[in-house]
Amino acid sequence: MKPFVFTLRQEPAQRVDLSALSPDRIAGRAAAEIEKIEIGTTKAAIKVGDVFGVSVGDPGVVRFEGGSSRFDLVGAKLLPDHSVHVDGDVGAQLGRLAKGGRITVTGSAGAYAASGNAGALIEIGGNVGDFLAAPLAGELGGMSGGRVIVRGNAGARAGDRLRRGVIVIEGDAGEDLGSRLIAGSIVVLGAAKGRIGYLNRRGTIVLANARDLGPTYIDCGAHILTFAGLFARSLRTDSPRAAAVLSRKLRRYGGDTAVYGKGEILTPA
Amino acid sequence: MSELIRNGVRIDDSFAEAFPMSGTGILITGPNAKWARQAAETMTGFATSVIGCGCEAAIDCEVPPEETPDGRPGVRALLFAMSSKDAEKQLVNRLGQCVLTCPGSAVYSTVKGEFEIKVGDAVRQFGDKWQMSKVVDGRRFWRVPVMDGEFFCEAKVGLTKKSVGGGNLLVMGADWDSTMRATEAGVAAVRAVPDAIAPFPGGIVRSGSKVGSQYKGMGASTNDAYCPTLRGVTNSALDADIGCVLEIVIDGLTDAAVSAAMRAGLKAIIDMGPENGAKRIGAGNYGGKLGPFHYHLKDLLP
Repeated sequence: MKPFVFTLRQEPAQRVDLSALSPDRIAGRAAAEIEKIEIGTTKAAIKVGDVFGVSVGDPGVVRFEGGSSRFDLVGAKLLPDHSVHVDGDVGAQLGRLAKGGRITVTGSAGAYAASGNAGALIEIGGNVGDFLAAPLAGELGGMSGGRVIVRGNAGARAGDRLRRGVIVIEGDAGEDLGSRLIAGSIVVLGAAKGRIGYLNRRGTIVLANARDLGPTYIDCGAHILTFAGLFARSLRTDSPRAAAVLSRKLRRYGGDTAVYGKGEILTPA
Repeated sequence: MSELIRNGVRIDDSFAEAFPMSGTGILITGPNAKWARQAAETMTGFATSVIGCGCEAAIDCEVPPEETPDGRPGVRALLFAMSSKDAEKQLVNRLGQCVLTCPGSAVYSTVKGEFEIKVGDAVRQFGDKWQMSKVVDGRRFWRVPVMDGEFFCEAKVGLTKKSVGGGNLLVMGADWDSTMRATEAGVAAVRAVPDAIAPFPGGIVRSGSKVGSQYKGMGASTNDAYCPTLRGVTNSALDADIGCVLEIVIDGLTDAAVSAAMRAGLKAIIDMGPENGAKRIGAGNYGGKLGPFHYHLKDLLP
């Protein structure tokens, strides 16, 4: 069956909330009905039909042909076995609270991408804004499952309060990567700056490029970790370069000893 | 007993009577094949019969590095017990004492079953709060710090209640050497069948038992009908040309695995012929009233 396609007519003049176009919410609805869905976020009314041409198809496979950095909440609350693909950029909160499924964005994504993700595989071809996989203000935990692959760079505070799941950033990471980590794993292949793993409790951060980590991470020596071998195999298809880093002998820095301190930063030995 | 003959070997018109068991197992990997095997051998030691050992366990097969989750050489060990509770108790004990302790080892689930046993969740506390949990591709693992690095162990492994224990072949020959030759060939063929094990020493048991005893309180005693030294003085099942009997006992994760293993063992023994190997093959049963699984030799012949 052909996919459900939203073709960009023109970029909207305001930010739009596309959570109403997640697969389960458009299933069984006619094109005319979908075109009338209100997606505006200001006083000026704007409907799906103003922004997209709608071509009905399998709601399990949704495609956006053309993106915009004003497209917020794409793939929000996505369910397992569904997929969303965007040819272009997206705005904030991509894949917010997704339960499963697969989201691919060829362009870049805004802030709070994968926030609250609980099981989706989210792949971003370009860069991603600040607070990747982080909780929104007032929430206690960040991403709780799934996997995020960023081919470009990430903004500040990537992986804030990560609880479970895997984040791979193939480019550089912004300030304070992996701040307040609860658990989970983050791999960065480019450079990372700022206080890496600040207040990390039980999380794992893998840095392809070693750098100074400050006094609260303590060198525990270089080891061949069985876990890293299994993790490398699991990452082989999504990020061969990340897999290559994990296949090596790794130096383990335990921390953040300013807090619980059962986490770690691994770098190639 | 009417007899069939294949390649000069007499086949009894008999059947092996087998019982439902709870089956589980683990895939053990190590830094090299030697240490992966060591962990599996230690874990499956003293596990010949549920009667005295609590479970029956043995190595099923070696797993090449490219097929293991962590890319290291592996060995698959299977364990069978009379109840899922027994299987869990035995597996967790053996894992804690024999695999956790074995240098370099890591443990993964390898049996797909209707139930799960918590194994990593049981040994993780050895880590004294230094243990770390990792979920990779939906499977939870524990990293427990130990003196050679980390013991890496999957949190749960599968258990199936559809397993079968007690498939068997009675290999009868003129003397010990020829009977052993045939039985060893049979064991090699049985062991090549996936999901099936032969838990006795080298896959072979020489002290087959019957139900009951002349002593009070003994549930089982020597199967005098198959003891060659008693051929003349007891109600013997042995012919004049039989001087030795060895038995292969088979446990399998499925009914199909046990019958495939018996079929493979039969073929290997028959192929050797009666001159150098076995003169006759039989199977042990209790009249068919105790076990629901009956493997008739005549249905499994090559």
